[in-house]
Amino acid sequence: MAVIETEPSQFERTKRRRAFFKFINPYLYLVPAFIVMSVITYYPMLYEGWMSFTNYGLKNLRFDAPLPDYVGLANYIDVFTNNLGLSFYNFWHVLGFNLWWTVSNVVIHVSLGILIAVALNRQGLWFKGVYRAIFILPIILPQIIIANIFRNMFDPSYGAINQGLAAIGGLFNLSPALFQIKWIDQVAYPISFIPLPLSYFALLITNVWLGWPFMTIVASGALQSIPKDLYEAATMDGASGSQQFWSITLPLLRPAMIPAAVYGFVLTFNLFSLIYFLSGGGPLRETEILLTIAYRLVNEQRAYGVAAAFCVVIFFVLLTLTLITNSITRATESYV
Amino acid sequence: MYNSTHPSLRYRINWILQGRTRSGERGMPLGQQLLYQLLMLLITATVMYPILWIVSLSFDPRNISRPTTLRLNPFAGGASLKAYTEVIKQPTPNPVSLGRLMLNSLGLAAGVGIASIGIGVFAAYAFSRRRFAGRQVLMILVLTVLMLPAIVTLPALFVLLNKVQVTLAGATFNLRNSLLGVGLAVLSTQLPFSIWNMKGYLDTIPKELEESAMIDGCTPNTAFFKVTLPLSTPVLAVTFFLGFMGTWTEFAISWLFLTDPQNFTLMMALYNMVGQYSESTPWSNFAAMAILIALPVTLIYLFIQRWFVGGLAIGGVKG
Repeated sequence: MAVIETEPSQFERTKRRRAFFKFINPYLYLVPAFIVMSVITYYPMLYEGWMSFTNYGLKNLRFDAPLPDYVGLANYIDVFTNNLGLSFYNFWHVLGFNLWWTVSNVVIHVSLGILIAVALNRQGLWFKGVYRAIFILPIILPQIIIANIFRNMFDPSYGAINQGLAAIGGLFNLSPALFQIKWIDQVAYPISFIPLPLSYFALLITNVWLGWPFMTIVASGALQSIPKDLYEAATMDGASGSQQFWSITLPLLRPAMIPAAVYGFVLTFNLFSLIYFLSGGGPLRETEILLTIAYRLVNEQRAYGVAAAFCVVIFFVLLTLTLITNSITRATESYV
Repeated sequence: MYNSTHPSLRYRINWILQGRTRSGERGMPLGQQLLYQLLMLLITATVMYPILWIVSLSFDPRNISRPTTLRLNPFAGGASLKAYTEVIKQPTPNPVSLGRLMLNSLGLAAGVGIASIGIGVFAAYAFSRRRFAGRQVLMILVLTVLMLPAIVTLPALFVLLNKVQVTLAGATFNLRNSLLGVGLAVLSTQLPFSIWNMKGYLDTIPKELEESAMIDGCTPNTAFFKVTLPLSTPVLAVTFFLGFMGTWTEFAISWLFLTDPQNFTLMMALYNMVGQYSESTPWSNFAAMAILIALPVTLIYLFIQRWFVGGLAIGGVKG
């Protein structure tokens, strides 16, 4: 039988056209977002990669200014050899403090959050609704405003923290002069063998105030989904309250708390505004985190090339952290 | 105590005390109850302390420059609105009124919020519903930006936006030194977040709704516009508000970009009233300013809080 070559019929042509439009359709939905992001997100990211190998500075800022010179890895070397023109700057100290700041916060947020949620969910507790309404306040108030308010509250002579401490101390006949604590500026470590300045504790107090209610909400939700019969069975078997907490409550809270903790970890690691407003990274740059240093390089040093290199370093630090936290979340997803 | 009272009254007391009543719910022994109440009151005190302090500072009739005594009751010894009127007239030594600052912040925040959902919802829909070549790669591109805080791309955004300069009839417009430039810079990290947040919610809308609409004669496109888009109104509202809120309290970018006081935002003015810049600012005025900035967003937050926690659980947290 001979094979007859024919023009594609009208039917087939429409079919092909339909298939083409079906293929192109999802991309049409993506076009607006990706055009915008190419211009204001991806192009700047690539440009920043290029900038990090140049001595981009104030002199190159005007739109008709000459291009900066290629300097190779010099900016990166400056970042790691602490040669940024910022006094007391040490890259490894900043990174180490940033990690410690994050871990210490998340551990306290999660433990306080769980404990308060357990107390708040006790059967027969009075005024539950009222407490819930009050405890939501730190979540719904804008964080950056709270940072500003606490900045003034930690003021040595006019701040509410020292005045409040003095009022409590007054009950024990302690002189108010004892409570002229320089929360932000004191250089000497409050606990001599722990190398953390007093401003770290001021930051910690503020961020704990801000952070635990979110964990309480997450833990409350998870607590309510734990079947009551588990506790009844445990009681019948003679398990004490604390035994029940450790072997029923905590393991069953884990699947809810770990994603929340990871979320809190990322937020706290990048908590620029609180640190910039409250301690300003001081004293002696001991409470600087990566982002506050990056901001200083742009805003104070006006060293755009060096700042770009620093931001590329931050990118890789965050990428590493994201990969680690993602694998933790995924490992716990399969837990239940 | 109230166990001996009339059942309906008991029901009502229970309802007030616990917010809800479950039949047969065991009460707590009184001693334990009091211990827990003490604990809860202690926590309440720590939560309320800064709030009461700032509110009473703002209403302080003496309109003090620096508080030398602790005052936590906003109405002790009378209240005055002097701090508020002063702040409304001119919050900082910069010659700019609160109205102007508020207009700047409002325009910026609403602009970023609208742009981020208006542009983002289509991409979110494509990622959620369609399967196409390159989907994975494009999603990773979005996720990469999601992990980056805005400050990481600031050096490049600053110099790039600074190059966009137009001189018309003697007046020079520099994109970097304008609210539009700030808006673009904020949008560059807000948009990926919006896409991801909305995708998370769209994933939960049953596919069957669209499919049945298509059986009834809809094309995939009209199914999106007539079925899915109306159903995603809650997440559009939440995502808009998150973008609005983030921009309303944005500081780092606007502080770096803007130099003309007429363009300043509320947060920049507030920063001028704290710490090293605040020598001449009475703390009562600072307190009034902080409350004026926080109040609108807090009230909206309070209303959509339920949605927000749900939206976050669906979209934001899920990596």
